[in-house]
Amino acid sequence: MPILVETPVLSVSNLVVRYGAGCHVCQRSMEKNRCTACGTVWAVNNISLSVYPGEVLGIVGESGSGKTTLMRSLYFDFVPTAGKAVLSDYKGGQKNIWAASAAEQRLIKNNTMGMVYQNPVMGLRMNYSAAANIAEKIIAAGCRNAGKMTERAGELLEAVEIMTSRMSEAPKNFSGGMQQRVQISKALANNPALLLLDEVTTGLDLSVQAKVLDLIRKIKARYGISILLVSHDLAVIRMLADRTIVMLDGRIVESGLTDQILEDPQDAYTQQLVHSLI
Amino acid sequence: MNSNYNFAFLDEGSKKEIRRAVLKAVSIPGYQVPFGSRELPIGRGWGTGGIQLTLSLIGRDDILKVIDQGSDESVNAVNIKKFVGLCTDVRTTTDTREATLIQTRHRIPERALTNGQILIFQVPLPEPLRVVEAREEVTKKMHAEKDYASMWLQLYESLVKYNKVTIGAEYPCMVEGRYMMNPSPIPKFDNPKLHKAECLYLFGAGREKKIYAIPPYTQVVSLAFDDVPFEKENFVGKRCRLCGSADTYLDEIFDRQTGGRAYQCSDTSHCQWTADS
Repeated sequence: MPILVETPVLSVSNLVVRYGAGCHVCQRSMEKNRCTACGTVWAVNNISLSVYPGEVLGIVGESGSGKTTLMRSLYFDFVPTAGKAVLSDYKGGQKNIWAASAAEQRLIKNNTMGMVYQNPVMGLRMNYSAAANIAEKIIAAGCRNAGKMTERAGELLEAVEIMTSRMSEAPKNFSGGMQQRVQISKALANNPALLLLDEVTTGLDLSVQAKVLDLIRKIKARYGISILLVSHDLAVIRMLADRTIVMLDGRIVESGLTDQILEDPQDAYTQQLVHSLI
Repeated sequence: MNSNYNFAFLDEGSKKEIRRAVLKAVSIPGYQVPFGSRELPIGRGWGTGGIQLTLSLIGRDDILKVIDQGSDESVNAVNIKKFVGLCTDVRTTTDTREATLIQTRHRIPERALTNGQILIFQVPLPEPLRVVEAREEVTKKMHAEKDYASMWLQLYESLVKYNKVTIGAEYPCMVEGRYMMNPSPIPKFDNPKLHKAECLYLFGAGREKKIYAIPPYTQVVSLAFDDVPFEKENFVGKRCRLCGSADTYLDEIFDRQTGGRAYQCSDTSHCQWTADS
């Protein structure tokens, strides 16, 4: 268990992602995450969280609760409406990453973060070889040595149990589980401090799911990397997360140690969620 | 000279605008400067970018040479020479040494150009990043942020697939370590001639409405990985059948008489000069 007095790897405060202009009754008259008066959607509504070194922070919540929006704004896929996020690896945690220039954001993305999307199509270039997919990150970090890239790609693919004989093949010819593993090795290419995993096991069959989860556990043990893990699958959360945050309609309804949340849920929604387990 | 038209066909206002774009292009080597491409009595995509540059820069004392794939006599070259001749009466030549203005399609002359000479390229697609990104809005941003990773990735991908970089012509290069530039479809054999050249290189894309330039003595480096050096075409063991040169860019030709392959200089004027001397 991590010691919580350490400086967090990532600290997000008051993140808001809003679609629409908002109005004066917005926060008082909401139907789920949508304002009944003006129709503004508050996809992520004032969220704060911290990820500490070496820990896995799980985020659970139903579809549409803002989990992916949160992840994608952290990976600069779009600009959030408001909020601040600091990384201990970027300017000593003194500067908001969303206020950084585009070039700086690209550096942060490449050097301190790795992202695995729910849909591999978003994270991989399906027509490029698996090796090139990994090399993309290494190139972006400034490496111009093809031999080194191939070596590193081979190493990473081996770590996720993909035969190096297939590294010149395009991921579009791979199975779903393999694509997900290529995404993971791509995310790890530059030894990031933080790994963002968005529903990595969704859509995979059970045995492949187990393999991917096993891999993540290994990565955590081997690299001591911090992980932000989004899932709607409580079994995944139970297996991997040290701490868990429960999201509903763009807000955090409960947070705490994973065991606590799953065994003794306090919030009405969390209770419902835990008891709906088959 | 046909007196129904202004000197060099275009009106003076148009020529001025194009010259302003050229000045900007020279000041920012490798940067694509947009300009208002004019209508010409030739379809866009047939060298109109190069022709507009030639027409706006040409003066009464200039000597013009036009080549198409190295040849002075091919259709494109002959017709452009005829057209410029018709509206300016300037002298044309095939001799690279005496020309002050050379318009070219897809080749750089073998003989090194000197200070004072201008080489004008006809460019079909000026954007080097078009192969990796279809949206103009995005490629502009990539240039602005010097984000060329996706082009490097393209190069790496061909190394993974074929163990070598497979780009033959239009081999991208970096100008003064800042802008990535498409040298127009010249064979990569000609790429090294762009580096620290004495002459001024101008590139005009009429259809795409862009002008860019490499001023004299500018650093131009073809993309290559640290451990996989840039390689131009080599013609080891082959010679031009007319002049015997072995250090020039050779075209492969089917020989009717013997039924075999023969090689011949692509730069006809240089070939002639070598054969005569």
